[in-house]
Amino acid sequence: MKKTALFLLLGILAAGSFSLFIGVKDISPLDLLHAADEEKVQVFLISRIPRLISILCVGMSMSVAGVIMQQIAGNKFISPSTGSTTDWAKLGILTAILFFPGASTGMKIVISCLFAFGGTLLFMRLLKMIQLKDTVLIPLVGIMFGNVINSLTTYIAYKYDLIQNISSWLQGSFTMVLKGRYELLYMGIPLLFTAAVYANKFTIVSMGRDFSKNLGIKYNLTVNLGLIIVSVITSVVIVTIGSIPFIGLIIPNIVSLYRGDNLRGNILEMSLAGGLFLLLCDIISRLIIYPFEIPISVTAGIIGSVVFLYLLFGRRKHHASA
Amino acid sequence: MIQGEHITKSYQDVKVLKDVNVIIPEGKITSLIGSNGAGKSTLLSIISRLIKGEGKVSIDGISTAAYQPEELARKLATLRQIINIQVRLTVKELVSFGRYPYSKSKLNNQDKEIVGSAIRYMELEHQSGHFIDQLSGGERQRAFIAMIIAQDTDYILLDEPLNNLDMKHSVQIMKLLRSLVDNHGKTVVLVIHDINFASCYSDYMIVLKNGELLKAGGTEDIIIPELLHEAYDMEFDIREIAGNKICLYYK
Repeated sequence: MKKTALFLLLGILAAGSFSLFIGVKDISPLDLLHAADEEKVQVFLISRIPRLISILCVGMSMSVAGVIMQQIAGNKFISPSTGSTTDWAKLGILTAILFFPGASTGMKIVISCLFAFGGTLLFMRLLKMIQLKDTVLIPLVGIMFGNVINSLTTYIAYKYDLIQNISSWLQGSFTMVLKGRYELLYMGIPLLFTAAVYANKFTIVSMGRDFSKNLGIKYNLTVNLGLIIVSVITSVVIVTIGSIPFIGLIIPNIVSLYRGDNLRGNILEMSLAGGLFLLLCDIISRLIIYPFEIPISVTAGIIGSVVFLYLLFGRRKHHASA
Repeated sequence: MIQGEHITKSYQDVKVLKDVNVIIPEGKITSLIGSNGAGKSTLLSIISRLIKGEGKVSIDGISTAAYQPEELARKLATLRQIINIQVRLTVKELVSFGRYPYSKSKLNNQDKEIVGSAIRYMELEHQSGHFIDQLSGGERQRAFIAMIIAQDTDYILLDEPLNNLDMKHSVQIMKLLRSLVDNHGKTVVLVIHDINFASCYSDYMIVLKNGELLKAGGTEDIIIPELLHEAYDMEFDIREIAGNKICLYYK
């Protein structure tokens, strides 16, 4: 295994075991060993372990969703949150609740997925139509476009008294993760493997339409496949956890700085880095006002935005000098 | 042999190619020349299936529409002008993509050897681990051409391959293309602006003007003052120097 990947894995192991023993209920490794306190073991199994697993699943799949989106859009600053995908997914869930009141979680995911896919496709068409040259403007357009969709969602929710309902997806949080309520996130794992199999195609597509055609790759088909993976991951995460900003944006950019953009070569690091990042954000969220915790979306948002600004100016400078 | 029949292309109401019939002979360097807007790049893009146009293009007697995409990618390679590539791939990773039509993602030893020799051919051994966004314009151009060489196709179509290159590297590329044709039996088609490079290195030329075929023929039939005057609307003084026809038009 590569050195970076090993390093990240060790980081996850260390931070992961640490995170298992943070919480209101004071549990130490010794308690588990002796199994003296039945209640502590139960808390550990029903809440702590599911929480850790779900964080890793979300972190890994969101960062891979981000990199796929960047590659198929051919822009470093596009991610599910800056490419309007999350906003469409939210509108999809609202639609599901509105028109199919008894909808199961699976149903909500399917509808939200369709919205996320269609909406992001629409956004990419839009980009092609307006032909922006400045790479930094493109995500700004995406954010604006997403906000328009978002206000539509809020308006509908307000009208039908569903505001409380939607606010739970606005702020991603792992506090509600318990055994039996997070397993849908496992869907991300086969998608990660699919992404790994198609990694080379996504990288070729990121070089542009002509480049892909020259190598005999079906450009539109590959873009759509990528969008499907991105939409499913985004919808599943929003339905189970809520939206967590920036992770799909900054992790791929950081990994790309050191390891380049050859997805086949770095997808492992990409997903591990995403998992580790979210895990660290979670630990901070749980410690900063202990015994209470702040939503992970806030922590990820603050750390993420600082890193994002750094990357933004860093790249600008890099391009100006090039 | 590549044959284009009744190739027409219009954008909205503007016809950029009007019923062009061309034959590109095998085992030769063919240059597409003509002034800006004559339709050279469009014709090259249609032949190389990058854009769709009306009419029929066939390669070795088989219509390009009948080829599977991967099959065509092993038959014909094409490179358009490279604009602002942001993707961080190393030279070696980029050149390796040239083997994609053959081995998908699993390169075997033979693929690796071909990739290595394409990099050596383009004199990029020292840069093979560098990211392409860190290269100079000329190095990047050569990296992309190395990828096309690794693709190892019978037909190589290049749109202004000398862009961004200084004289030394321009000559190097043209010599290399010459040797691909002479020693490896490839067929090379170029869109080229420098008329003297075209004159010195190509066997066959296709002259376009305002989207129409003006004339096609051997270099000696094309590099004549009357024809070039008609193609470019300017005066040419043509001298023969060391066996090459050189066009003087600078003053």
